[in-house]
Amino acid sequence: MNIDSIRNGIVIDHIKAKKGLEIYDILNLGKLDCSVAVITNARSKKLGKKDIIKIDKNIDINLDILGYLDPNITINIIKDNNIIKKYHVELPGEIVDIIKCKNPRCITSIEQELKHVFVLTDKDKKQYRCKYCETLHEN
Amino acid sequence: MKNLIDIKDLSVEEIDELIKVAKDIMQNPEKYSEKCKYKKLATLFFEPSTRTRLSFEAAMMELGGNVLGFSEASSSSTAKGESVSDTIRVVGCYSDIIAMRHPKEGAPLVASMKSTVPIINAGDGGHNHPTQTLTDLLTIACEKNRLDNLTLGLCGDLKFGRTVHSLITAMSRYKNIKFVLISPEELKIPEYVKEEILDKNHIEYKETDDIEKYINELDILYMTRVQKERFFNEEDYLRLKDYYILNKSKLENAKKDLTILHPLPRVNEISTEVDDDERACYFKQVMYGKYIRMALILKLLNIK
Ligand SMILES: [Zn+2]
Repeated sequence: MNIDSIRNGIVIDHIKAKKGLEIYDILNLGKLDCSVAVITNARSKKLGKKDIIKIDKNIDINLDILGYLDPNITINIIKDNNIIKKYHVELPGEIVDIIKCKNPRCITSIEQELKHVFVLTDKDKKQYRCKYCETLHEN
Repeated sequence: MKNLIDIKDLSVEEIDELIKVAKDIMQNPEKYSEKCKYKKLATLFFEPSTRTRLSFEAAMMELGGNVLGFSEASSSSTAKGESVSDTIRVVGCYSDIIAMRHPKEGAPLVASMKSTVPIINAGDGGHNHPTQTLTDLLTIACEKNRLDNLTLGLCGDLKFGRTVHSLITAMSRYKNIKFVLISPEELKIPEYVKEEILDKNHIEYKETDDIEKYINELDILYMTRVQKERFFNEEDYLRLKDYYILNKSKLENAKKDLTILHPLPRVNEISTEVDDDERACYFKQVMYGKYIRMALILKLLNIK
């Protein structure tokens, strides 16, 4: 794989420097059979330094996770060497099974197979609360 | 409206409607005595709360309906490890509406996601207790004939007291409401309640640790219990428990038409000498609780 260009695939750009590997893990990219490149400390006009992930295949990416982890991330979809789509991720209104409720009195602590759902309650403060017990998620 | 999980589920208009129906029930009880004939209310109390359960059961009986259920988890299948979701699906086959109390926060919401019949949250841990708030609102509406233009004093445990937080949430939606928050330093209202409810709605409030300081300004005085289980050590509890005891002498400068409320049970926050004072409304409050639950059951069952 040529690191500079991919023919068909996805470029996850503007990742905060040093966070690329974390995102690689969270998106479970290790299980893909195509080539994946994580570039760290690339020069960026916007961020100074940034990480980039290039995936040599068009896969479904969970944008909610990316939006929650780092809302500055941009995604480029590449087809036949051209960027055919470019978009910004945003803070998701709801995140499912990414963070867990830490309140021991919450129903999620005992109910089997209940998804951990957090709801965005304050966009400016990036505040998420457990859907069930309303406990604030502390980063 | 299919369920009542959180007081915020209800719009001001829906609350007005419930209060209107409750008042009509009080005036014409016979008109309602068979409204729920052949209907069954299940009271699922995964933790005991005799008072709340009796209120729901009395409400259903006065509507001519029947009740079934359990009053503690050890006598239910939960003791055998059954999930809330499963319990609720089973009980839905036997009943038309469910009132549920559970020690875990959010359990009634989980129940409502799986239930085929309406769910009423009858208290989930330290989280929500919307029918208590409705009771408080009906009491105020009946005793004061309005829900706006009022100064409310809230006294006692303002930190953990969920009834206080939801009463503030509910009252903040009406015009010209002011609060006096009376508590010891250790039990002051949490910052997020101030930021997210009071400041956000531009509500005027004062904080004090002296119950008598602003008592002459109050239209409502809402006393709360300082709960032992909230404290890590006995000493703190014993010291704070007796911090505010409302008695006759503290009421000297209060308005003649003050309304004194308490969600009950009380321990010693209100001296029994106050009970005979006309301004004491906490036992009447219990009666209002039954009527508002009757109105709520009718609304959720879609019975006019
Ligand atoms: Zn929770």
